[in-house]
Amino acid sequence: MNHLLWLVPASPLMGATILGLCGTMLPARAAAIIGTASVGIAAFIAILIGLHWYAAAPPSHILIQHLWTWLTLPGLTVDISLYLDPVALLMMLVITIIGTLIHLFSTAYMAGEAGYSRYFAYLNLFVAAMLLLILASDLLVLFVGWEGVGVCSYLLVGFWFQDAANGYAARKSFIVTRIADIAMLAGILLLAVKLGTLSIQPMLARATELWPHGGAWPTLAAGLLLIGGLGKSAQFPFQTWLPDAMAGPTPVSALIHAATMVTAGVYLVVRLHVLYLLAPDVLLAISIGAGITILLAALAALVQSDIKRVLAYSTISQIGYMFLALGVGAWSAGMFHFLTHAVFKALLFLSAGAIAMRLDHEQDIFKMGGLRTSLPLAFWSFLIGAASLAAVPIISAGSFSKEMILGAVWFAPGIGPGLWAAGLLGALITATYSFRVVFLVFFGPAHTPVTGRSGAPIAVPLVLLAAGSLLIGWLETPSFLGGDRLVMTLLHPVLGSPAPRSALAILVEAAGYIVPLLGIAIAYTLYRNGHWQRVAAAEPGALRRLLRTGFGFDALYEALLVRPFMALVRALRHDPVDHVVTLISAATLQLHHTLRRSQIGQIRRYAAWLMAGSIATIALLVFA
Amino acid sequence: MVSLSWHAPATLAAMLFIIGLIGLLARRSLIFVLMSIEIMLNAAGLLFITAGMRWGNPQGQIMFIFVINLAGAELALGLILLLRLRNRLTTLDGDAANRLRDVQA
Amino acid sequence: MILAWLLIIPLLGGLLAWPADRITPMLPRAISLATLLLELGLILPLVHGSGAAILSAPSPITSGRWLATFDASWIPTLGISIRLDLDGLSWLLIVLTTIIGLFAVIVSWREIDHSTGFFHANLLWSLAGSIGVFLALDLFLFFFFWEVMLVPMYFIIAIWGHEHRRRAAIKFFLFTQGSGLLMLLSILALAFLHQRQTGVLTFDYVTLLASQPTGRLGTLIMLGFFIAFLVKLPSFPVHIWLPDTHTEAPTAGSVILASILLKTAGYGLMRFAVPLFTAAAHHIAPIAMALGTISIFYGAILAYGQSDLKKLVAYSSISHMGFVLIGIYSFNALAWQGAVILMIAHGVSTGALFITVGSIQHRLHTRDLTRMGGLWTDLPRLSSFGTFFVVASMGLPGLGNFVGEFLILRGVYAVSPTIAILAAIGLIPAALYSLIAIQRAFHGEANAKRGTHDFGTRETAMMLALGAAVIWLGIDPQPVLKIAAPSIAVLLPITHAAAIPATRRGT
Repeated sequence: MNHLLWLVPASPLMGATILGLCGTMLPARAAAIIGTASVGIAAFIAILIGLHWYAAAPPSHILIQHLWTWLTLPGLTVDISLYLDPVALLMMLVITIIGTLIHLFSTAYMAGEAGYSRYFAYLNLFVAAMLLLILASDLLVLFVGWEGVGVCSYLLVGFWFQDAANGYAARKSFIVTRIADIAMLAGILLLAVKLGTLSIQPMLARATELWPHGGAWPTLAAGLLLIGGLGKSAQFPFQTWLPDAMAGPTPVSALIHAATMVTAGVYLVVRLHVLYLLAPDVLLAISIGAGITILLAALAALVQSDIKRVLAYSTISQIGYMFLALGVGAWSAGMFHFLTHAVFKALLFLSAGAIAMRLDHEQDIFKMGGLRTSLPLAFWSFLIGAASLAAVPIISAGSFSKEMILGAVWFAPGIGPGLWAAGLLGALITATYSFRVVFLVFFGPAHTPVTGRSGAPIAVPLVLLAAGSLLIGWLETPSFLGGDRLVMTLLHPVLGSPAPRSALAILVEAAGYIVPLLGIAIAYTLYRNGHWQRVAAAEPGALRRLLRTGFGFDALYEALLVRPFMALVRALRHDPVDHVVTLISAATLQLHHTLRRSQIGQIRRYAAWLMAGSIATIALLVFA
Repeated sequence: MVSLSWHAPATLAAMLFIIGLIGLLARRSLIFVLMSIEIMLNAAGLLFITAGMRWGNPQGQIMFIFVINLAGAELALGLILLLRLRNRLTTLDGDAANRLRDVQA
Repeated sequence: MILAWLLIIPLLGGLLAWPADRITPMLPRAISLATLLLELGLILPLVHGSGAAILSAPSPITSGRWLATFDASWIPTLGISIRLDLDGLSWLLIVLTTIIGLFAVIVSWREIDHSTGFFHANLLWSLAGSIGVFLALDLFLFFFFWEVMLVPMYFIIAIWGHEHRRRAAIKFFLFTQGSGLLMLLSILALAFLHQRQTGVLTFDYVTLLASQPTGRLGTLIMLGFFIAFLVKLPSFPVHIWLPDTHTEAPTAGSVILASILLKTAGYGLMRFAVPLFTAAAHHIAPIAMALGTISIFYGAILAYGQSDLKKLVAYSSISHMGFVLIGIYSFNALAWQGAVILMIAHGVSTGALFITVGSIQHRLHTRDLTRMGGLWTDLPRLSSFGTFFVVASMGLPGLGNFVGEFLILRGVYAVSPTIAILAAIGLIPAALYSLIAIQRAFHGEANAKRGTHDFGTRETAMMLALGAAVIWLGIDPQPVLKIAAPSIAVLLPITHAAAIPATRRGT
């Protein structure tokens, strides 16, 4: 089975190629089938490989498939080969399976849209690029996937290109990540020059061999790569692009801006964790930045009125948790949270999409309400997703992973307890804002009439993802619930075992379980009984405006970066150098005007001048 | 063989040249201008021969033959231009043919 | 002899095409197409068979192991001969020239409708000039072809261009001709200097390589070449002819200009300006790198500010060529490989962009971005190809331009991390102008019904071929790298060997 690994990225790529080349000639149904099936095949193969792995893991838990040599020059050899280890396997399964479900959902969600086949071409291309990103054995090939997903994200956010606002959001998402990517590119260049290879495993081996713990080069390299990761994962200070990226179709938000692409930064750090272990300063920066991101985004999510923006901020905040885990070296806890988050966040987005479809694309939560009875499926799936996001103990996947992260953070030396407190506060706010949405959308009086029907392509992904959100946490349970360690066991060969957790203070553990419930209770008191609903809908005060804009980072960047750039563009637009040349030509013309006076057209005058000149010359020659 | 002083022919050449020059500058009629040019050419030719005589070098005479040829060719062209000009401007006044000057000057 | 044929065929083809339009306007097109196909058939097989063996075993340049050579005397008293030599680098660029030339002919199929004969004659002669530039190894001959390439281009712009074509053509001619004269002075000075040293007057490149003038005189002579190539590349601050010329030239003219003529400058730097004056080239390297970096930013920022789509692409070319400049003056083999790849990829992607802009202009009769918008609604095929090539020229990894840019950055980083990082930052404005171009041309609300027709078969096929080339360069550049490697291997060691004592002398 393993030799079919190449088909996993190739199948969606082929789908994209077919749809891209002759999508407009195909009927919509064929486009939908090709789009979904190509990812479905990838998922099927991925599952087979996963099962095979479970039965008999390859030697040293690594599967390498060499495809071809991209370039080989003295001092730089880059192979295009696929590298599958347990971490990549987990990512691959999540991407292909959730990807298939989202494609299926899209067939109904996008029905009747202009550019139906174009949509599936982009989405397939995205899946292919994402798979290349995670399977790349070489950092440069990873970068190919990295930029590829960026471009697909750009194209999909701006999918409804008629509206200029969508185009703006798409450009913003691409430019912000590109700025971060340049730092990443610099990091790649640094690694290539200092270590002589970009092939990840030899590179990491050489790094540990050559570089001391905490040295300047590993810190610089890890830091630069981290900036790229933070940009892609919309972490502080790059978080501004993600809420705007919600301009794209909702399934796109579910796949790209929740489940997969935005976690690429997490994957990058995990993939290169050997390098990061050499740079403790960077790890510290990661955890502090993660703490800031968690709180910033959670607070911003508390006051949004667009359901997708709430979810966008929650994504930023949840990825913050993953980075928090990475910052304290709890790699597998971060990966586990990636897994649960991918499932429940995709579920939340798809539910939001299912709701919006039936409400004539209304996304304002204050204009919804009372949908519990009219949209039962969407209600239950959103509720399950929100419970997972809020980390309701035992019944939700999110609680298992979040608890694992908080437990690991508590034990981190130094600022561990402080970070833990930030994480806990974040969990409280998370529970509050997620159930704020639940109460506002599904309870109370209805504001917008429900129309249409949802078919199987909508229902199947919702049900499956809801089941996943409920059950997937049981792959990895705390000791008092049986202590399953399926994810840890899988990841163990790459990431090592996490610190033993037996010493976890009972109070710390209990706090992690109680706080979400507390948050839900707050949401209930505030939003269930009409009073705060009216307040929330009223004219916002200064604080709420600040929170709603995500602490005004957009305005800050506008003033610091965009305006100076635009001023520069305006100053240079007409090419000042060109003016210099225009000056030369003007001077020549002036000279011409001066000299033309002597040209009067009378032969006799010319002859006289000729004579005078000759005489003068001769005189000069004779007497001088 | 009478050996002639070169002073007399040289003076004659200079005089001829000045006469031609004055004619060129003073006369408006292009016929006279052409004739003046011929005179000047002949002055130059005479000077060549004189110089050849002075240095005992035949190249002066060779040059004179060149000059005659040149003068013939030039005269032919000049007369053609003159005829064309007469047809166009119905005059032989050289100052009237000032179209070559810069328009605004 | 085959190299002579490479030149004779397009020259003859031009002579044939000129009067052919008296029979039917179609005939010159067919003649040009046939000529270029013949040319392609002639050049392509040269890297196989014995060529492959030569490529795989690099040798010093002076030993004269070339893919093909041709030597005939021309003006023996002055030491001028018709010496043509083909190595991997020339081969790549000639193939690019021929293929882009084919596309230029196809593009003009509909666009050029008056005096097709003279047009195609000029087109073929200009191509012949560039092929000569890539082949000539006699400096005088090189200069001769350098001029041959320009004069027909002047006619193409001045006769078949757009509104302000006269002005643009004159600007183009003055800049390139003026800088070409500087180069001629330098060539003469170099030859005379060599004569004073050895008593032999020759313009032979391989002989003159040994001359290596140093000191102030060396720098002065080198500057003649350097400035000529800088103008042609073009680099800030002598770039200003390019935007005007591109804007006014007909599509085929823009394509040839961007895809081929600009490459002669990069080639000239690699073949002449650096190896002939290694010490002086090292002296000027910081300036060259600074100019390259400024070009990257300047081109990108100005591209962002343009509302004329052709001007935008033109300024983006300046930005891309800045990368080539810093790559060459890093004297690093990786960067040189990158420069070669980038030149080829830029030739293909920018050529495709100019074809796209030309098609838009043909349909909407405007290049003004403010009057476009929403083209995707009416012209989905054109717009998707346009988007693809914009993204390619932006340097999306996986496509040709990225390979070039990355190798250049990697090579430059080894020499000067600061310049490498600055240049990398230049990729941010590249994204800015690329995306704004997509937005303003293809996205947005569709303007009033235009009733235009999308790409037909001819245009689609052309775009598919160019797109395939960009993808191929992006995912499997190794063959190109392999072909260019021996040339770079012989051009660069000369540089190093001669530079080391020179710098010692300097200190």
